[in-house]
Amino acid sequence: MEIIKTENLYFDYEIYDDKGNVVEKNPALHGVNLTVQKGEFLAVLGHNGSGKSTLAKHFNGILLPSRGKVFVNNIDVSDDSRIYEIRQTVGMVFQNPDNQIVAAIVEEDVAFALENLGVPPDEIRERIDEAMKLVDIYKYHKHAPHRLSGGQKQRVAIAGVIAMRPMCIVLDEPTAMLDPKGRKEVMGTIKMLNEKGITIVLITHYMEEAAQARRVVVMDKGAIIMDGTPKEIFSEVEKLKAVGLDVPQVTELAYELRKAGVKLPANILNEDECAKELAVILKEGRDLLQ
Amino acid sequence: MTAIETKKLSYKYGIGTPFEIKAVDDISLTVEKGSFLGIIGHTGSGKSTLIQHLNGLLKPTHGEILINERNIWTKEVNIRSIRFEVGLVFQYSEHQLFEETVFRDIAFGPKNIGLSEEEIKARVMRAAQAMGVHENWLSRSPFDLSGGQKRRVALAGVIAMEPQILVLDEPAAGLDPYGRDKVLTKIKEYHENSGITILLVSHSMEDIVKYADKVIVMNKGGLFLYEKTDKVFSHADEIVEIGLDVPQITRLARLLKARGIDIGDDIYTVERAKARILELLGKAKK
Repeated sequence: MEIIKTENLYFDYEIYDDKGNVVEKNPALHGVNLTVQKGEFLAVLGHNGSGKSTLAKHFNGILLPSRGKVFVNNIDVSDDSRIYEIRQTVGMVFQNPDNQIVAAIVEEDVAFALENLGVPPDEIRERIDEAMKLVDIYKYHKHAPHRLSGGQKQRVAIAGVIAMRPMCIVLDEPTAMLDPKGRKEVMGTIKMLNEKGITIVLITHYMEEAAQARRVVVMDKGAIIMDGTPKEIFSEVEKLKAVGLDVPQVTELAYELRKAGVKLPANILNEDECAKELAVILKEGRDLLQ
Repeated sequence: MTAIETKKLSYKYGIGTPFEIKAVDDISLTVEKGSFLGIIGHTGSGKSTLIQHLNGLLKPTHGEILINERNIWTKEVNIRSIRFEVGLVFQYSEHQLFEETVFRDIAFGPKNIGLSEEEIKARVMRAAQAMGVHENWLSRSPFDLSGGQKRRVALAGVIAMEPQILVLDEPAAGLDPYGRDKVLTKIKEYHENSGITILLVSHSMEDIVKYADKVIVMNKGGLFLYEKTDKVFSHADEIVEIGLDVPQITRLARLLKARGIDIGDDIYTVERAKARILELLGKAKK
């Protein structure tokens, strides 16, 4: 079952003059075709300006296509009358936690959307408690959000989205403004949500985060240029570097050593695999010497 | 020559309130002129509080701070002059941009100290060039630039003041790999060309060790480690213990060591790891 589908999606940012006429068009997406299946954990990689955030904003109707179609759970996002349904299906979490927290108490912030939807108070209580427990911020439910750490604030934002019980959560660089500890907390939360069956679309430029997804698409100049498992994607070191992206250090090391004639597999993603493979080769070498 | 010296420096926030907290605790250190020093530590480890002492934004609760061998909190020293000697660039420095054009933004500082038009222009051009700010951006609004470009304009604005010590708080935070490398490479080049002292504060150990000659690790307000970059990861276990990351390639070296293969305690770049491994293999092949 597919949850998000784009068909030949084009988007131009338009600049208007004082009279409302379009004076300039900056194309950001060029014919993107992407299908996200229910339950998937997809990472979208790309440098700044590659179009990845623009694409993400189409997934719950924040932006509407200039040309082409976007379907969320088989609903056309351009159908204005169903926008609430779409936004309840796909929740969004943005980069800066301070920009998405509105209330003065954590639990009030998590309840904000539900209150707006007119959900009965008892049910709100139940849903927000469940959401806060799930992302492990329940112990702060009476705290003021501004006294929390970045990672905690970002989890408050995620709880607010979860309370809506969406089928899919799109996170647009949710860890970019966090320190390493906060980053780990948020990545742990994301993986846990995916294991509970929520579809995850993670927009990122951290390679070590993308390596944790089950599928990675790489964007450049408004188009998808690569689509595959992390192992497939990260074995193409040169292609990634050409579009301004990094690869994990051990992947680069394996690539460099292979170039120098060392027989290592091409798709090494983490230090454990790398150490295991290298130890074999280095020990063999040492045995030969003795 | 010593550029910066702190003697038993401590700082408390909220003295006399229930929120009183010691953010910097008894730090004594010296920084040589011309060095490129990296500072790393958790959120809340005291690194931002420490650097705000360097140009007199904060006054120590205890202890002394010396810039260019002068105690900055004595009557003979005009604290305003210290702010010209030490340039401080905050996190998300692009938020400080406000002028109509890139040129005017970079020129703001030099203009305020009453330099001549020619001198202002010369400084703007030099600073712009040092930070890779294109000449044809100068007449444009800074708000039309990308995040990384804006960041470099903000840095150029501080460099145009020609400080002797430049303190940068997370200059690459939030940028993509390309923008990050560009900003940090420009800073490194500027360090090499100008010979000034640079302090780089970052959460990213990989960035710090790539550019700095020496590294300070802060923990709980105190100085946890102050070492030459090559020596830092001989303390890898302690660094991991206080919850900081070490580069992935350093983790690999430690895993190999646990398997009985020693490629050294000074592995933090892919190049060095590659060279050592090939060296081991080369020896073996003979």
